[in-house]
Amino acid sequence: MALAFDEYGRPFIILKEQDQKTRLRGIEAQKANIAAGKAVARILRTSLGPKGMDKILQSPDGDVTITNDGATILEQMDVDNQIAKLLVELSRSQDYEIGDGTTGVVVMAGALLEQAERLLECGIHPIRIAEGYEMASKIAVEHLVHISQKFDFGAANIEPLVQTCMTTLSSKIVNRCKRHLAEISVKAVIAVADLERKDVNLDMIKVEGKVGGKLEDTELIYGITVDKDMSHPQMPKQIEDAKIAILTCPFEPPKPKTKHKVEIDTVEKFQTLRLQEQKYFDDMVQKCKDVGATLVICQWGFDDEANHLLMNRNLPAVRWVGGVELELIAIATGGRIVPRFQELTPEKLGRAGMVREKSFGTTKDKMLYIEHCANSRAVTIFIRGGNKMMIEETKRSIHDALCVARNLIRNNAIVYGGGSAEISCSIAVEAAADKYPGVEQYAIRAFADALDSVPMALAENSGLQPIETLSAVKSQQIKDNNPHYGIDCNDVGTNDMRQQDVFETLIGKQQQILLATQVVKMILKIDDVISPSEY
Amino acid sequence: MAIEKIFKDDASEEKGERARMASFVGAIAITDLVKTTLGPKGMDKILQSTGRGHGVTVTNDGATILKSLHIDNPAAKVLIDISKVQDDEVGDGTTSVVVLAGELLREAEKLVATKIHPMTIISGYRMAAECARNALLQRVVDNKENAEKFMSDLMKIAMTTLSSKILSQDKVHFAQLAVDAVMRLKGSTNLEAIQIIKKPGGSLRDSFLDEGFILDKKIGLGQPKRIENAKILVANTAMDTDKVKIYGARVRVDSMSKVAEIEGAEKEKMREKVQKIIAHGINCFVNRQLIYNFPEELFADAGILAIEHADFDGIERLALVTGGEIASTFDNPESVKLGHCKLIEEIMIGEDKLIHFSGVEMGQACTIVLRGSSHHVLDEAERSLHDALCVLSQTVNDTRVLLGGGWPEMVMAKEVDELARKTPGKKSHAIEAFSRALVAIPTIIADNAGLDSADLVTQLRAAHHKEGCNAGIDVISGSVGDMAELGISESFKVKQAVLLSATEAAEMILRVDEIITCAPRKREDRM
Repeated sequence: MALAFDEYGRPFIILKEQDQKTRLRGIEAQKANIAAGKAVARILRTSLGPKGMDKILQSPDGDVTITNDGATILEQMDVDNQIAKLLVELSRSQDYEIGDGTTGVVVMAGALLEQAERLLECGIHPIRIAEGYEMASKIAVEHLVHISQKFDFGAANIEPLVQTCMTTLSSKIVNRCKRHLAEISVKAVIAVADLERKDVNLDMIKVEGKVGGKLEDTELIYGITVDKDMSHPQMPKQIEDAKIAILTCPFEPPKPKTKHKVEIDTVEKFQTLRLQEQKYFDDMVQKCKDVGATLVICQWGFDDEANHLLMNRNLPAVRWVGGVELELIAIATGGRIVPRFQELTPEKLGRAGMVREKSFGTTKDKMLYIEHCANSRAVTIFIRGGNKMMIEETKRSIHDALCVARNLIRNNAIVYGGGSAEISCSIAVEAAADKYPGVEQYAIRAFADALDSVPMALAENSGLQPIETLSAVKSQQIKDNNPHYGIDCNDVGTNDMRQQDVFETLIGKQQQILLATQVVKMILKIDDVISPSEY
Repeated sequence: MAIEKIFKDDASEEKGERARMASFVGAIAITDLVKTTLGPKGMDKILQSTGRGHGVTVTNDGATILKSLHIDNPAAKVLIDISKVQDDEVGDGTTSVVVLAGELLREAEKLVATKIHPMTIISGYRMAAECARNALLQRVVDNKENAEKFMSDLMKIAMTTLSSKILSQDKVHFAQLAVDAVMRLKGSTNLEAIQIIKKPGGSLRDSFLDEGFILDKKIGLGQPKRIENAKILVANTAMDTDKVKIYGARVRVDSMSKVAEIEGAEKEKMREKVQKIIAHGINCFVNRQLIYNFPEELFADAGILAIEHADFDGIERLALVTGGEIASTFDNPESVKLGHCKLIEEIMIGEDKLIHFSGVEMGQACTIVLRGSSHHVLDEAERSLHDALCVLSQTVNDTRVLLGGGWPEMVMAKEVDELARKTPGKKSHAIEAFSRALVAIPTIIADNAGLDSADLVTQLRAAHHKEGCNAGIDVISGSVGDMAELGISESFKVKQAVLLSATEAAEMILRVDEIITCAPRKREDRM
């Protein structure tokens, strides 16, 4: 590492503990970064598409996750390299923003980096490459709008939505019953969607899973399920027309925040305190009863005595319900969360048509179903499956499908999948490249090549000849001037994605291209990596 | 330039063929491990725990074996997980599910070696699983309407399940026990109501089902040993010192006499509580928590039987059996529901005294007392009986029944084979492989019994070529026999769960092409 010396020959310390740090500069740094980015992309490449493979990830604690969701793979991979971390971020932001296409975005970024490497070798300055990519991405995004199609759906006609969700689900392990799950997802989204404002709050959809049963037993519940049972084994297991008191205060004597001591020094005081305590429990339960509640849901635990009093007064209760669930219950039943017994009023009670306890399997597994709520704007998707990993993976897949459905409700433009959009963009970018004078032209052309890598990976994963297939599809697109030709992953026999009903959301695709370009730009701009060396 | 490493130091990554190999090897190793326990002549395993005392378990229950293994291989973990779920969901078939999944993977490995893409294999397996399930559905027998026949079905299922366990010597006895116990549940799957008490001593044959309820506790000193027409209060309350629960309360006194006063007040409080309890008009009091000497004495004075420290399950069950409710406050005696039973008495089993509640209101609960020569035998007997109870309770809900002894596998294999012949394309190989994996189960059963599996299975296949054949492996005589005549049956629900979860697990493992293992979490240094 270069050091500067003053006139007496002492080195200037520029970086703290300079000699303990490793430093990569210039073209070296860029190449190292690109190599790291490519390595990450290569891991995800095989997971792309309906015939993509899964990965087993073993966490530091030895737990096993099996998934092909890009965001999850990267999240669990626990990477150490800084550039790799950028790609993890990239996939995560795609996940937050769109929810789907998390694998595609990384593969795309990897391809862009690969192309950039070649250009760097030609001696093109990284900033010029970055600018070229930026222009190309603009062209591609505009072209996507150009080839996108609007389609109509309503609460009554959900078929198009189901079709889109099926495309998303077909790349997951759940594709065995993708139709079923897609319908569930769409119905769930429609149930909570605000079609007027075109907004969907996905927090209103709770995804619960329980091992056992078949994937086909997965169901949509118009209501909430809570993984809890009644606090007393002899409370009624089924309540109709329940009026629910939702409490965040424990059925316990008060615990003031200020420090205090109650001193007992005479027998009388001892007696009064005892009576007070009894009265306290009695009051609490009576209060709930007085406002007309028929079910108490509490965030905290109950004292044994309170529990029995509740039982005695025929007031079923559920304890230790988590905060998030409590909120959902409050939303679903139209009740208010009450922090103090004194504030309990009849108006604050939630309503539900049916509350029942259901038990599963041979063990003592019980769940509470709260159905027919006053406000049906909260639904639960209840997943069953053969093992824990399957459930987790199904949860992730359902999440993706939900996001896709939501995106469609927000913006009903779609592009066709199967790599057709990428190929079409690639053609458009390629054609536009010639119009740009200067070095950027090369970068734009490289961008077009990078776009091809997604369909190429699709073809590869489907066991087709990647180069042959891609070039055939590409020429077909140009010849027929039809942007709907894609890779026939499922061996259906036609390349026309419109006939195969494979489509993706426009915003998802746009976001993929934009995010990938952004990250690649960022990586290209780095020319100095300073890291503390290993100790 | 070398590719930068992107993982943390100790993390490892295995790709493609190697990853697949690792998962195949792991899964097949697990399968081979439990394979020998399959079937009526399956062998047991000794499991020694690494914990304190190096406790030893002898079992042939697949789920128990796998649960106790410390496995690092991710694919093996998947198999262990399905076995656990099978145990939770239907209770039996925990070994079969692992063996079938393992066999499916073994077949898949061969196919992958011949360059067939895993996705093709998966789609073939799926078709085959669907077809196999339909084949089973066509051949199920449902005797729901005919109660007598259904009872005999249950009996047969119980005997089949038990025949592979340590109880096989007395399977008729235990099958009868299990069927009786489950029939008392009247369709509920809540096995909580069936209590199993293990008492070493005697022989397994001395085990019995008791219609009442047995609590493994002693009656307090000086209290009646026998109560007729008992009124029982089941409680969960502190009977040691009733603490004041108001936060921050503490006692501060300045003289000894005051201490005595407070103590007196405390005693008074307890006395009042006991009085209140007595005011319920009871003659038996069962508490979940401890009862101290003082209140116990008070109860004895009032001629009330007080039982302390019944565990939580015991309390719940007792409440269920006697129809009383679990009480924690005693201010309004009129609204507390008391439990009733005809007779409470102390009985002796072996050397131990137990409390026996008989003539209880709700007939749902019952107690099975297991006797046996050692703890290991008893533990294993409990597991076996638990399996049988689970299967029976599931069968009561889903009354469809199949024959056993490798019969369902052969039926499925035949249908799947036919499907393979009809299916064009590479999938056909996978479907064929599925049928081979199915046939592997009767093969293993025969192997474990020391029979000539190759000969028997081919005979079986020939026999199944005829429509509506009931042939299966008769392990006792070592030949192909009529399963319907031999009375070997299995529950449809169990078989279906085995088939579906095994396929699902195999599919899951097949789809993997990369294993990324994170660096193990470092133990915090406590220096």
